[in-house]
Amino acid sequence: MEDSRAYRIFLPLAVGIAFLLLWEGLVRHYAVPEFVLPAPSRIAQSLVDNFGSLMGSLMVTLKVTILAFLLAVVGGVGLAIVFSQSRAIEGALFPYAVILQVTPVVSIAPLILIWVGFDRVELALLIIAWIVAFFPILSNTTLGLRSADHNLRDLFRLYGASRWQVLSELLLPSALPYMLGGMKISGGLALIGAVVAEFVAGSGASTGLAWRIIEAGNRLDIPKMFAALLLLSALGITIFFALSWLEHTLLKRWHESALRREA
Amino acid sequence: MTPDSRQSLVSLSGVAKTYGSGTLALEGVSTEIARGSFVSLVGPSGCGKSTLLRIIAGLIEPSAGKISWPLNGGARPADIGFVFQDATLMPWARVFENVYLPLKLKGVSRKDAEARVGEALQRVGLSDFAAAYPRELSGGMKMRVSIARALVTEPPVLLMDEPFAALDEFTREKLDDDLLELWRGQNWTVIFVTHSVYESVYLSERVLVMGARPGRVLQDIHIDAPFPRGRAFRESTGYVARCAEVSAALREGAEA
Ligand SMILES: Nc1ncnc2c1ncn2[C@@H]1O[C@H](COP(=O)(O)OP(=O)(O)OP(=O)(O)O)[C@@H](O)[C@H]1O
Ligand SMILES: [Mg+2]
Repeated sequence: MEDSRAYRIFLPLAVGIAFLLLWEGLVRHYAVPEFVLPAPSRIAQSLVDNFGSLMGSLMVTLKVTILAFLLAVVGGVGLAIVFSQSRAIEGALFPYAVILQVTPVVSIAPLILIWVGFDRVELALLIIAWIVAFFPILSNTTLGLRSADHNLRDLFRLYGASRWQVLSELLLPSALPYMLGGMKISGGLALIGAVVAEFVAGSGASTGLAWRIIEAGNRLDIPKMFAALLLLSALGITIFFALSWLEHTLLKRWHESALRREA
Repeated sequence: MTPDSRQSLVSLSGVAKTYGSGTLALEGVSTEIARGSFVSLVGPSGCGKSTLLRIIAGLIEPSAGKISWPLNGGARPADIGFVFQDATLMPWARVFENVYLPLKLKGVSRKDAEARVGEALQRVGLSDFAAAYPRELSGGMKMRVSIARALVTEPPVLLMDEPFAALDEFTREKLDDDLLELWRGQNWTVIFVTHSVYESVYLSERVLVMGARPGRVLQDIHIDAPFPRGRAFRESTGYVARCAEVSAALREGAEA
């Protein structure tokens, strides 16, 4: 279809606009009170009014998310590389990575807060977000490093490749699509981790978007809650698209997942 | 049968291979391959041709028997070229990078390698595709890249697993002739797996006919026509007779 691009962009956009108009119309028609459901125009107004404080909070959340994500990439890929070099180390450590993953982060968050100290809440947020974001990258990269073509491995062996050459020329490129898949999941999880951590930390010690939501909720400033929520969604969407773009750019010439099929 | 007066490069005695799954892929393979010779392996699908080639390359160990390299003090030579049954290219790397790989792994700089990679690509008729990705090539072109990669180090021992099976008759005959020329010019030893009786007779000094279940060598047929061989040989009665002989050996193996 030659207009598939138009469909992909304009169709969702049209649905979104129609939805907002309907929302606005219904709220006005039934005179729904603001603290139950504010109209979109009222939310936009609140966004403008609180622009300064909301943007500041956005930056805090963004910083925690991005930092946690980058550390998760470094840690996840690094540990996966260590695993690929030694089955023994993998066997010894992988179960603990799983335990870290399956334990609900909300339940460890208070503990981490206490350990790190309430005066360094941002560090605690970072650790919590990192725990959540770390595992998909680790497990995907581990799988990817193992998925290298066996004939290619043989070829490298035949030509006397060193361990390092096998890793850099064969294992890592083979693992790249898996790694990027893990990163796409982790990007969203890092944001979720940052938000959850802030909810747990509460107490006004942190000043990210999640805290703005709690604060506005306590004051029954529902339009501001929605405004903060809107920014959070926008942040999540941006992260997702940025990582999708990265994936597409890196894989478009060679990997099945990113290739355009000839019609 | 003319005994080979050249020194034996590799010697197999009672080589067997049982895979982990319990498949007996090879049993009691004993043969000598002379340095500088051109030997083909033919046999039905699944008779262990690839397995034998892998054992010779040192990629898998035989589960019984011995393989030795008398000329090299018992050790396998370091420089062996191998063409896998499927192209086995790195999908993320351009054609140039794929062919450059063996040299890169040996520490040859890109600049020093450029001419040799270019020459290898020219040999297989892919000079114009150095910047393409494997995805953008046809099956036969991929196979030719893989052949160029094996040739780029000019290995004295070349093991090829059905390298030309995916190619059209015309290209195949051209590459057959190129390969023969290289082999004669460089004094290489070539072990060549093929499904084509005609190709095996055309190329080789010796054809090892293999049978299945368990995989073993049934007959060792010498093709004593002189080199260079060309059109004339392909159309000679001697050639047809040799092909018939190899086919008969194959049939016998299938009925046994
Ligand atoms: N990695 C493996 N694990 C288990 N069994 C294997 C493996 N590779 C090959 N085999 C078995 O060993 C036997 C010989 O296989 P091989 O690939 O050597 O045959 P081949 O003669 O090269 O066949 P073809 O002409 O179809 O390529 C087959 O029965 C196959 O099932
Ligand atoms: Mg085979």
